[in-house]
Amino acid sequence: MDVVEILFTASFWVAAIRIASPLIFATMGELICERAGVLNLGIEGIMTAGAFAGWFTVYAGGDLWTGVAVAALAGAMFGLLHATLTVPLGLSQHVVGIGVTLLATSLTYFTYRLALPEVTSPPKIDAFQPLPIPGLSKIPVIGEALFAQTPLTYLAFVTVALVVWLLYRTPLGLAIRAAGENPSAVEAQGISVTAIRIGAVMAGSALMAIGGAFLTMSAFNSFFFGMINGRGWICIALVVFGSWRPGKALLGAILFAAFDAYQVRLQQITGGVVPYQIFLMMPYALSILALILVARRATYPKALMIPYQKGER
Amino acid sequence: MPALQEEKPTANAQDEGAPVVLRLDGVTKRFGPLVANDAISFDLKRGEVIALLGENGAGKTTLMNILFGHYVADEGSVEAFGRALPPGDPRAALDAGIGMVHQHFTLADNMSVLENIALGTQSFWKARFDRASARRRIAELSGAFGLAVDPEAMVASLSVGERQRVEILKALYRDAHVLILDEPTAVLTPAETDALFHTLKLLVGQGLAIIFISHKLNEVMAVSDRVLVLRSGRLAGERIIAQTTRHELASLMVGQEVTPPPVPPVITGPSLLVMEKVSTVRQANATPLDNITLSLHSGEITGLAGVSGNGQAALAGLLSGTEVPLSGNYSVQGEPVGRDWSPAVALAGGIARIPEDRHAVGTIGDMSVTENVIAERYHTERFSRAGFLDWAAARKFAEEIIADYDVKCPSPDARIRLLSGGNMQKLILGRALDPEPVIILANQPTRGLDVGAVGYVHGKLLEARSRGAAVLLISEDLEEILALSDRILVISKGRLSTPSARGERSVHELGQLMAGHGEEGRAA
Repeated sequence: MDVVEILFTASFWVAAIRIASPLIFATMGELICERAGVLNLGIEGIMTAGAFAGWFTVYAGGDLWTGVAVAALAGAMFGLLHATLTVPLGLSQHVVGIGVTLLATSLTYFTYRLALPEVTSPPKIDAFQPLPIPGLSKIPVIGEALFAQTPLTYLAFVTVALVVWLLYRTPLGLAIRAAGENPSAVEAQGISVTAIRIGAVMAGSALMAIGGAFLTMSAFNSFFFGMINGRGWICIALVVFGSWRPGKALLGAILFAAFDAYQVRLQQITGGVVPYQIFLMMPYALSILALILVARRATYPKALMIPYQKGER
Repeated sequence: MPALQEEKPTANAQDEGAPVVLRLDGVTKRFGPLVANDAISFDLKRGEVIALLGENGAGKTTLMNILFGHYVADEGSVEAFGRALPPGDPRAALDAGIGMVHQHFTLADNMSVLENIALGTQSFWKARFDRASARRRIAELSGAFGLAVDPEAMVASLSVGERQRVEILKALYRDAHVLILDEPTAVLTPAETDALFHTLKLLVGQGLAIIFISHKLNEVMAVSDRVLVLRSGRLAGERIIAQTTRHELASLMVGQEVTPPPVPPVITGPSLLVMEKVSTVRQANATPLDNITLSLHSGEITGLAGVSGNGQAALAGLLSGTEVPLSGNYSVQGEPVGRDWSPAVALAGGIARIPEDRHAVGTIGDMSVTENVIAERYHTERFSRAGFLDWAAARKFAEEIIADYDVKCPSPDARIRLLSGGNMQKLILGRALDPEPVIILANQPTRGLDVGAVGYVHGKLLEARSRGAAVLLISEDLEEILALSDRILVISKGRLSTPSARGERSVHELGQLMAGHGEEGRAA
């Protein structure tokens, strides 16, 4: 198979969209947090917690969608912790975020060990299965990539639409965007900046957790250590890449996933001539390049990372 | 602003029968040991414009922030339309019909005018933001009150005057019956100010009551019916505008008779700083100097008049050491200025600076008063020993400046950003003048200050002059230049006019030079 030909195969695009799905959830989550003015570096740990919570619910006999809900709830709880420390208390968002990541990751591994002490190879669950949409899934290449995926992938795309609607079409969205730009504008209109920011961080964290749950419930079908593997950090970069706009961030996620799917296939055809680590590195190197090209002129939310204290001058 | 007098809103303020819309009773607020508001009480009636007059730091903004619920008062109560207003709740203030236009606008730049105005007026549970009805209502209001603004424009693209109109619309959109304007004219051009006063007239005609916060006497005289004078957090007096004079208000505000500082006769000494045919490098957004010749003499104040952006920044940079001459001769106290010219060298050479922007350049907002006052000399023997700061000496120095320059601040450890502009400027003045510098660069030393502080700064500059210092006063305020300068130079497009002695050129002639219609263009 030729280096260029890969790009026209359906399996490549199917893989790209599947790889993109968890990134889309988590990127939307991070974007909501940052639009309200809070950088949530807890993302990596929250995804880990979500991955475990969703998987374990199903492993323990729960329904798949209950698993998704439990993951979201777990995410929201870590979000509440993050928000409590960064919003009313105004602590450093960097330090709290890294703390939440470490706490959520360790707590998850600890719980996993407690729940399954004897396990050597990670047990599998009956995960989400592809659900082809009649008619649409028969379109060549695109049909298979977009309309023969699991329900969680569809949910990822619906989430993007909902986030766009929320931010740009609803009264609440106005308040969220204003809180990230100029919190005193929100306060002057009689709205609590604290409430808006806590809410945004909790909702955003819930989405991050669902992104993590996608990996255990719609991709690998089991939970293992180190499975998030930096995906959360990628989502932080994707928000910047997307200039804090959901549509552009979605494109970024798909682009990154496409690089990732591409490098796997390149490894196969070059067959050992080039060290495979070069290919593994490729998506990240290209991401940095894309960031340099795209995000330099980005207009970021002006109050991002600035704690708001009522009445301070 | 001669047009102001005609714009005076004709209200029914003296009408004793008008209902009271707002009542403050014994409102007190303390920040640490500083009493910002001390038992303030007053009534506001329907259709009335009250001016709240006071120097910077007198407690005007604090009082309004209590009224609007940004701060919680330590004592006292606020009543709106006969009902007590719960403290610390902006929403309650808004619901009670109180609207506030803050000194620093509270607008989100990333959103449109319409979105900013309607923010928080629709339920968060609504799945769709109702643009159409918001647009209709904004169009109605802007038509009725002459507040022209495009509702779909992004706030980031608006001028300062337009932003203020948006702020007023925000309040009206919420059916405000009491409008508080905090220093509304500070950022406006004269034409915009006239338009604002016209709008206020229309609003009062509709029965709104307005509180107009200002430290500009002419505006207070022009727009208000009644004036409350605040001084050091206390209500120093209350006057009906028709029965008072500017002079009386100025005295109330400052607490003593205001008299311009006497200008003792000039005793010109030797040249302390000489520039001959100096030019500077073209910078990104500043006019460079073009072949200027200038000398500053001991015991003399040299005034530099001109419209901002004509090379004043470059000249100030040459004196303070942030800029090096490209060509020409430049010497300070006989020593030629070389390549190593820097702020540190300039300071060591006896040049003191009062920078143009006291927030961005003059001080470090998050550092303490003590740290700021030793910022230029922390490494000298006086404040450090063997590489360690001598905090006792530093603190003592800060306390001296606070006492000598009458700075109102909670303590030498307070962050300097908490101080008002006037008090910040006094600290900068103290820091600059304490080592008895021989050359003083005073760049816009009184911009944004109130009457009392302006007089104080002028007095200190004249004192330095009497002691034999050479002062370069850069100001856009021609009145200030005329009042203080022994010699006046005009800068235009990077070139200097020939100097003229006190009273030699008329205001009209100076204006012509400032506009670039110079007879000689460059100095000989």
